[in-house]
Amino acid sequence: MSLRVLVAKVGLDGHDRGIKVVARLLRDAGMEVVYTGLFQTPETVASAAIQEDVNVVGLSMLSGAHMTLAPLVVQALRERGSEIPVVLGGIVPPQDLDELRDLGIAAVFGPGASAEEIVRTITDIVTLSA
Amino acid sequence: MSGIPLAPVYGPSDGEFPGLYPYTRGVHASMYRTKLWTMRMFAGFGIATDTNARFREIIRSGGTGLSTAFDMPTLLGLDSDDPMSLGEVGRCGVAIDSLADVRDLFAGIDLGNITTSMTINSPAAVMLALFVAQAEETGVARARLGGTLQNDILKEYQAQKEFIFPPRQSMRLVRDTIAFTAAEMPKWNSISVSGYHIREAGSTAVEELAFTLANGFAYVELAREAGLTVDEVAPRLSFFFNAHIDFFEEIAKYRAARRLWAKWMKEHYGAQDERSWQLRFHTQTAGVSLTAQQPEINIARTAIEALAGVLGGTQSLHTNSMDEALALPSEKAARIALRTQQIIAHETNVANVADPLGGSWFIEELTDEMEREAELIFGLIGKMGEGSMLEGCIRGIEENWFQGRIADSAYELERSFNSGERVIVGVSDFLEGNDDNDLATLRITNEDERKQRARLDKVRLDRDANQVRDALARLSLEASNPSVNLMPALIDAAKAYATVGEMMSTLADVFGRYVEVPSL
Repeated sequence: MSLRVLVAKVGLDGHDRGIKVVARLLRDAGMEVVYTGLFQTPETVASAAIQEDVNVVGLSMLSGAHMTLAPLVVQALRERGSEIPVVLGGIVPPQDLDELRDLGIAAVFGPGASAEEIVRTITDIVTLSA
Repeated sequence: MSGIPLAPVYGPSDGEFPGLYPYTRGVHASMYRTKLWTMRMFAGFGIATDTNARFREIIRSGGTGLSTAFDMPTLLGLDSDDPMSLGEVGRCGVAIDSLADVRDLFAGIDLGNITTSMTINSPAAVMLALFVAQAEETGVARARLGGTLQNDILKEYQAQKEFIFPPRQSMRLVRDTIAFTAAEMPKWNSISVSGYHIREAGSTAVEELAFTLANGFAYVELAREAGLTVDEVAPRLSFFFNAHIDFFEEIAKYRAARRLWAKWMKEHYGAQDERSWQLRFHTQTAGVSLTAQQPEINIARTAIEALAGVLGGTQSLHTNSMDEALALPSEKAARIALRTQQIIAHETNVANVADPLGGSWFIEELTDEMEREAELIFGLIGKMGEGSMLEGCIRGIEENWFQGRIADSAYELERSFNSGERVIVGVSDFLEGNDDNDLATLRITNEDERKQRARLDKVRLDRDANQVRDALARLSLEASNPSVNLMPALIDAAKAYATVGEMMSTLADVFGRYVEVPSL
């Protein structure tokens, strides 16, 4: 069975080039991809992830709000009793990485991450969390 | 350096020259010999006082224009205490909620003597109102204000996605700013028609060129519908292009843009004023070309891209900082980016001769080819609009045509990176040094968000609530009547300390909100 991924834009950041490209690359790799559209809240993303029964949630954030909003998505999922792993892509300063991991983000993909790396990491994370 | 005397321009006596229709070679006869491009550095972060300090640093360092970056809540018409603003206040630009913030933003800067560009679109009319209110408070008449409002809402739906109202309602506000500035602000550029974001969102150079100019045609048609002549609006439109890493293609793009605009203004729209024919543009180097790996090498990328802008005849230039794939630029990184322009301007001598690549068989053919391909795209847009570029652009948005093409091009480019067909230094090849990461980046803390909310609380407490209520009631009433120009009501509301969020939500109650149908 193929992996199901919800890709989501949380908050006010409208930069959607990265999320659309990554979504298509994940599809090319055989995954099923659901896209939330822009301007979602942590709560709407968590509900959609549970409803769509996905294996992983991918957030794309380029506006600098990741330290506030990404952990809130993890929190919203856990509050709803879901253990779906959350990964993050975008502009993330290196010094934020440790804290994001501590806050429950399973992986961070910075600029230049290859399709191969993203697909492999997501597959590994889902395998480990299953 | 060897002392060979240089003419301002070279070419056969029967050839085309800069400063003459159709301006392929530049809008001014002697180009940078008479006036260098404006080194306009884009800046904005934290609260207004932080950005004011950066503005003063830019002016001290020799920057000759200001360009304001706003944070996401401001760009989406939300106040800093809106629940949706959480985590975004002051992050990727300065937070502006009311006249109090605009006052601090420009404190100690003479708005009558420096031109100011404001990169804002959905709330552009509101920001213009705040700017006019601030200038008038400091005794600068609106007629003296020089600068540019980005105000290019079409490309928001196509590419950057900072929209609030549906397209047709947004275009009413654009119409109002065009008409207001045409009547009252003779030195103001009402729209900066922007290809930059279209390119950053993933389009090709040709699509950037064609979509941008088509949007420009749409604004001309919009102004004509509002009763202005093409010669009243076209000279007030400026353009904003990307300078990407494909060096010669970028130069050809700027040359083709000037020629296409001139021809369309003169032949299609019947413009008679030569200023209507002249496409003037700002350039920014390509953010997407920067790498997080070995960030210092971005200085080299930016220098090459900036040189393309200069050889292509740009009127103003922003150079990106080396650390922008990691964070907002640090002061040091921003200074190096400005120094890069200064090296091009003052050390290399490239500014001595106008259109130095004109006449190159390669550049001329590439210019012609970009022009041909752009005309094909104009044909498609015109067809969607049944002859109207205005209608074609709006329908193209409503039918997801622009968005789909841009996403397809972005995907194709990414595939070529992943397949190894294209090299990116530090990412696909030449990786030694990627672990060496000691660059100090700018940190923006949640402290700014707390400070800004406290500032906003104070504004709400100190103002005359009745005056605000009356101003917003007038705005609502006038918004429901499409024939009224909303600028006077917005300026009154700004002076009453109504907030950006209050003015925008008042308008949204009348105009409705736009929701994009998600598509991959």
